[in-house]
Amino acid sequence: MEEKKNQIWAFVITGLLILVSLIYYKVNTYYLYTVVYIWFGFAYGMMLQYGRFCFASASRDLFAAGVPRMAVGVLIALMFFSIIQASLNATNMSTFHPAPFGIHMLISGVIFGLGMVLAGGCASGSLYKVGEGNMTNLVAVVVGLCIGQAVFVDVGGFFDKFIPASWEQSALAKGLPAYIIKDGWFDKYLAGYVWNQPSIQLSQTTLISNALPGASKFFIGDALINAILPSSMLLIVIYYFYNRKVFLKKRAKQQGGKAGFGDEISGVWNMITASKRTTIMGVLIGITAGLHILVMKGMQLKFEVKNFGEILKRMGYEKDVSLLGEVFDPGYWYITSQEGQLGGWLLEKLGWNMQDNIFFAINNGLPNPLRNPALWMSIGIIFGAMVMARLNNEFKLKWPKGELWVWGLAGGILMGFGSRPSLGCNIGAFFIRAAGGDPSGWLYAIGMATGAFFAVKFFNWWTERKMAKEMEAF
Amino acid sequence: MAMKFEKTGEGTYLLDVTGYVCPHPQLYAKKSLEKMAEGDTVEVIFDNPSSGETITQLCEQAGHEVLENKKEGTKYIIKIKKG
Repeated sequence: MEEKKNQIWAFVITGLLILVSLIYYKVNTYYLYTVVYIWFGFAYGMMLQYGRFCFASASRDLFAAGVPRMAVGVLIALMFFSIIQASLNATNMSTFHPAPFGIHMLISGVIFGLGMVLAGGCASGSLYKVGEGNMTNLVAVVVGLCIGQAVFVDVGGFFDKFIPASWEQSALAKGLPAYIIKDGWFDKYLAGYVWNQPSIQLSQTTLISNALPGASKFFIGDALINAILPSSMLLIVIYYFYNRKVFLKKRAKQQGGKAGFGDEISGVWNMITASKRTTIMGVLIGITAGLHILVMKGMQLKFEVKNFGEILKRMGYEKDVSLLGEVFDPGYWYITSQEGQLGGWLLEKLGWNMQDNIFFAINNGLPNPLRNPALWMSIGIIFGAMVMARLNNEFKLKWPKGELWVWGLAGGILMGFGSRPSLGCNIGAFFIRAAGGDPSGWLYAIGMATGAFFAVKFFNWWTERKMAKEMEAF
Repeated sequence: MAMKFEKTGEGTYLLDVTGYVCPHPQLYAKKSLEKMAEGDTVEVIFDNPSSGETITQLCEQAGHEVLENKKEGTKYIIKIKKG
């Protein structure tokens, strides 16, 4: 009975999204652009849920339980995605752009890492868990990623006092409207510090582009050096510290004799295939993320635009776009910025002026949620995960109770704060950039792992305390 | 909502973390196993789908034996013998 109900729900949700897509297409063919985001989001959601694919779990379960399943899945996804990114770059069909490199990536990563472990899911993981009916993650998404981010990029006054005078002067020298720079710490941070940092993509560096002419610079510089080699090295390190001892002990029991190089290779392979559903989804997510870039580039070529903001203007929605005539339109898998836009839009409806900061007024615009393509990708993730959870009878509406409220709120707010200084989260700041040849992605990953490490230490203490109470009875 | 860790008999335990989300079910499962003696068994009950994969891998890594792994409605029940 329950199975039948779940199947019906899965069909209803899918049908509704098909209907939404058809309505968009009927209203204006330009919305095909949005429809593509919806269905890639839907695909990500299904894969994330099926593979239990969460970047928080990658470092958390490694530190907390010694389980490398998710870390392996993420690294496999990264390697596949990097090869596709390189192919797209080589054929001039990529929408990828590197981000400013600096210590802010590391600090931001630490804050985000703390938040994702507390909230019980990273930015993408939280969305797929909302699709499973997990409302603790909905608290994290709404309060932290939507409202928290919007507030974070707009506050000024007291917070401006923490900004060095040199940043403010540098920001003022950029020629931005005075009402934007005047009040708001994030504006001074962005224009006075971040914009002064170099953006690095290995294939575009003088050293690599001179040494490797033609398309090989993308495959060797961006994919091999920036993604595949570091990922392979991490896999070996994880195997050495977490899997090797157990695997070789089992092997010796079964076959006897001393372990050789062949056994070590088998050990690494055994680790990679230990959780097939995660590893297979890692491969598929990597390929899908690459295809997403290709299709978005195709959309941009079809409509002869570089940003969806140009389309919104053609349709007469001038108020949706930023002063540069753009809206947030990453052209690939991205989370958090669009949630921040939703939060900003809601706060503005409540009377908060959100048009006096760089994030909304200059960079990303504040479109109506119905016309926000990247936001539809996030909605697609939630519904894709919901369909997959329903099909596997795993959907359960769970409201947070007791301590989960605290973890959801604190984790969400930290994730929201930790994704802004880096201009992205575990997907935008790490996954996409590390695979695209931008070393700042790895800086963010080191920060995330560090934050996760300390959050695990905290939860270990908390769990131990609660277990001791329970064990008083026996 | 409260987690329950009970001694149900000689060398047998029950850990109920229904309602909890990541990472709590796997953390409580690990802590429970640490408190038990070798050969003891624990029945872990939870309803967070993502925790199942981690708990079974945790057992494999640490040398514990999964005696039973079943799903009843939206609840997961894993019976583990400490190795």
